[in-house]
Order: sequence, then C-alpha cells, then structure tokens
Amino acid sequence: MLENQQEFLKTSPYSLTHEEKRKKFTEYMNELTKYHYENSAEYKKMLEGLNYSPQKNYELEELPFLPVGLFKEYELHSVPKEKIVKTMKSSGTSGQKQSKVLLDSATTRSQSRCLSYIIADFIGSKRLPMIILDTEIVKKDPRLFSARGAGIIGFSMFGRDVFFALDNDLKLKADELKNFIETHKENKFVLFGYTYIVWQFFAQEMKRLEINLNISDGDLFHIGGWKKLKDAAVSAEIFRDSLKNVCGNIKVHDYYGMAEQLGSVFVECEHGHKHCSIFSEIITRREKDFSPCDFGEVGIIELMSVLPSSYPGHIILTEDEGRILGEDDCPCGRKGKYFEILGRVKQAEIRGCSDTYGN
Amino acid sequence: MDNLEKYKAAFKEAFEIDDAIINDELAYESIPEWDSVGHMRLMAAVEDTFDIMLETEDILDFGTFGKGKEILLKYDVTI
Repeated sequence: MLENQQEFLKTSPYSLTHEEKRKKFTEYMNELTKYHYENSAEYKKMLEGLNYSPQKNYELEELPFLPVGLFKEYELHSVPKEKIVKTMKSSGTSGQKQSKVLLDSATTRSQSRCLSYIIADFIGSKRLPMIILDTEIVKKDPRLFSARGAGIIGFSMFGRDVFFALDNDLKLKADELKNFIETHKENKFVLFGYTYIVWQFFAQEMKRLEINLNISDGDLFHIGGWKKLKDAAVSAEIFRDSLKNVCGNIKVHDYYGMAEQLGSVFVECEHGHKHCSIFSEIITRREKDFSPCDFGEVGIIELMSVLPSSYPGHIILTEDEGRILGEDDCPCGRKGKYFEILGRVKQAEIRGCSDTYGN
Repeated sequence: MDNLEKYKAAFKEAFEIDDAIINDELAYESIPEWDSVGHMRLMAAVEDTFDIMLETEDILDFGTFGKGKEILLKYDVTI
C-alpha cells in the first residue's frame, strides 16, 4: 500500500457501494501500476510489451494483469533488495514450482492491518480464545518462509491463549482440546485451519472418536484448495455440517486468498458468498479473449489488491475459475461484489497466457 | 522491580536479547528476533507481566519499545 493510500485502511471493509468505491479504487490501482512501472525494471519491460502508458489513467478492466505463474519464474520487486524483510513462498503442490513474494515491512504491516479489519467485521475487535487446527508450525518453520506458517501467525493476532489442536505428527490432541474448551467455556471461540488439514486430521478424527465439543458460539475460518476434498466427494455442505457436528454451534467461513496478495482476503458470509472488501476487487474474464465476463458468467478470476507495494502483485490473473454473483445486495448486508469459486482452470489456457508476457 | 524493569524483562524474555540493545527506537523487524513470531511472544510476555489484555489494534501498533510505553498508558500501566 502506498504511503498516501494508508488512510483508506481506516474505512470499514464492506461499507462502500459500487459508486462510492469505484472512483477511489481505480485511482489507487492506477497509482500502484505507475509506481511499480517506475520501480521494477522487469515489470516495466512487461508493461511496455503491452503498450501501457504511465501518463494515461485506465479503467480497472483495462489495467494490465500479471498471470500468477510469473511469480514462480521471477523474483519481482519494486523496492531495493535490502528493504526486503521476508520472502514468502506459496505452499505449492508437490512437483510444482513455488511462488516467491518479496515483502518489505510497509507491505507486511498493511497486510496485517487489512486482515485484522476484515476478520473483525465477522468476529468483532475483541481477541478471543483461539484454536488452530494445525501443528505448532513455528517449531518446524521458525522463520516462517511458508505461506502456511505465515497465515497461522497472521491469524493468531486475533487470539488470546492460542491452542494448537494437532501435534507434530498431525495427530489430534483430543484431551487437551477438551480441557481448553472447558477452561474458556463462557467465551466465544475462534478456530482457524487449512481446509484439507481441517477435514482430514480434525473433522474425520473427531467423528471417529465420537467427540462433540459443544461450543456455544464460535467462528471457524478455513482456507485452501478443495481439490483433494472434491476427489473424495466432500462438498462445501458436507464439510460445514460435519464440522458443526463435532464442534457445536459454530459458523463456518471458507475464505479465499492468494499468497501473492496476503491480507486482502475474501471471506464467506453466512449465505455462502465470498465477499470482496474495499481493499480488493474481482473481475472474471472469458477464456477465449480475456474480455470481462458479465455477472453470473463463469470465467477466469482476476484479483486486485491495494496492499502490494514492495512487488508488482496488485493485479493478478489467478488460475481459478469462478463467477460473480452480485454486488452490494447480499442479504448479509455487506457491500461490494460477492462471488463463488468453481475450481482450477485447465492448465493449458493459463500457460498460453503467461507466454504472452514472457516474450 | 519497577515497571520499566518489568517492561524490559518482557523484551528480554521474548527475544533473548541483552539490555544493551534495548532503547526507545528498538523496532519491529529491526533485529532478527523481533519478527512476526517474536512479536506474538512479546505480546504474550507484556500481557502476562502487567496482567492486561491488549486489543488487536494495539498489537498492530506496538512497533517500537517507545511506542509500546505509550500504548500501555491506555491500560493504566505507567512506565
């Protein structure tokens, strides 16, 4: 996030309608594009190839996007190398190259702030007893080079008394977990984990052991790919119901975000819609010519975020497919676009798209 | 132990560092020990030391040793 844009973080994340957001957000995206153009030689080269002009102000849909795969090939940065305090690596499926995202302290700070304002909209600003449905990852990855570790630490800011429910071998610490719930039973809880790990090592194991935590109020946030679960025929409904069966009265929020745009995440509301905050934007594009889709039409997801200032990751074409369901009119009351993710795009198209940028 | 000593002790406990490098300018990410993991350890140490519960906003603002003193004033801890 650029210095002059910091003030924007103080605006409530879902408070602006299309008209209220559009002008400011477009201005910020143009400023960021210009900033990265002037400060990253590689980015400048790519944009020159696309006939971008820093003098011109573009509509959001016209601004150039980088295919997310580029972050696997290049170490892109817009600040001097010595300002980089952390290199984030995406989890990356085995056999695939990992993304490398270079962060300076201004970017990590705005990422934490943005995430906290978004999550606070769902759970309030008070820190709650927290259960991380994962291992105490800092023991394995003390410098937190993985997005998985960083995600856990980033999230643990909302917790007081943070409990890790799995041991180092991903085995459920069932008795300790029951004690933890007992200690804090008057409270609302917040739970966090990665979708596949939550399902495989928590939900399934709890069911096998026939445990129900009987939590009276809480929110579970989970993030990560659905591919393994889809292969096992676990739908979002089955996932949600199973978690409620073993936890009690909790709301389950699937949330979506990219390692390349940490912080500006898309959280699912109680109506099953993923919401875009004022700090980010979504555009869906047609595979055949990358023109923007209409609402309701399935396309490749492009994501924009005001946060990335140390690397040119503010406009990214993902490898995911989805559709925008509406804007400003979700029954939950949050303003902004809401959408659903439908899965991965077939690899070929995206690779074809990266090639355009490589030349 | 007065509050300043207690406050310093929390930093030493969280980061395992010497007195000598603790001053008002000591900042988040200025030393390898004060990274995001170290920060959460520091917050826990400060909370335990003064028996308070910081708000998320204050955890985000807690960027230097000096700034931390200002924040603690809000919790009636004078250093």
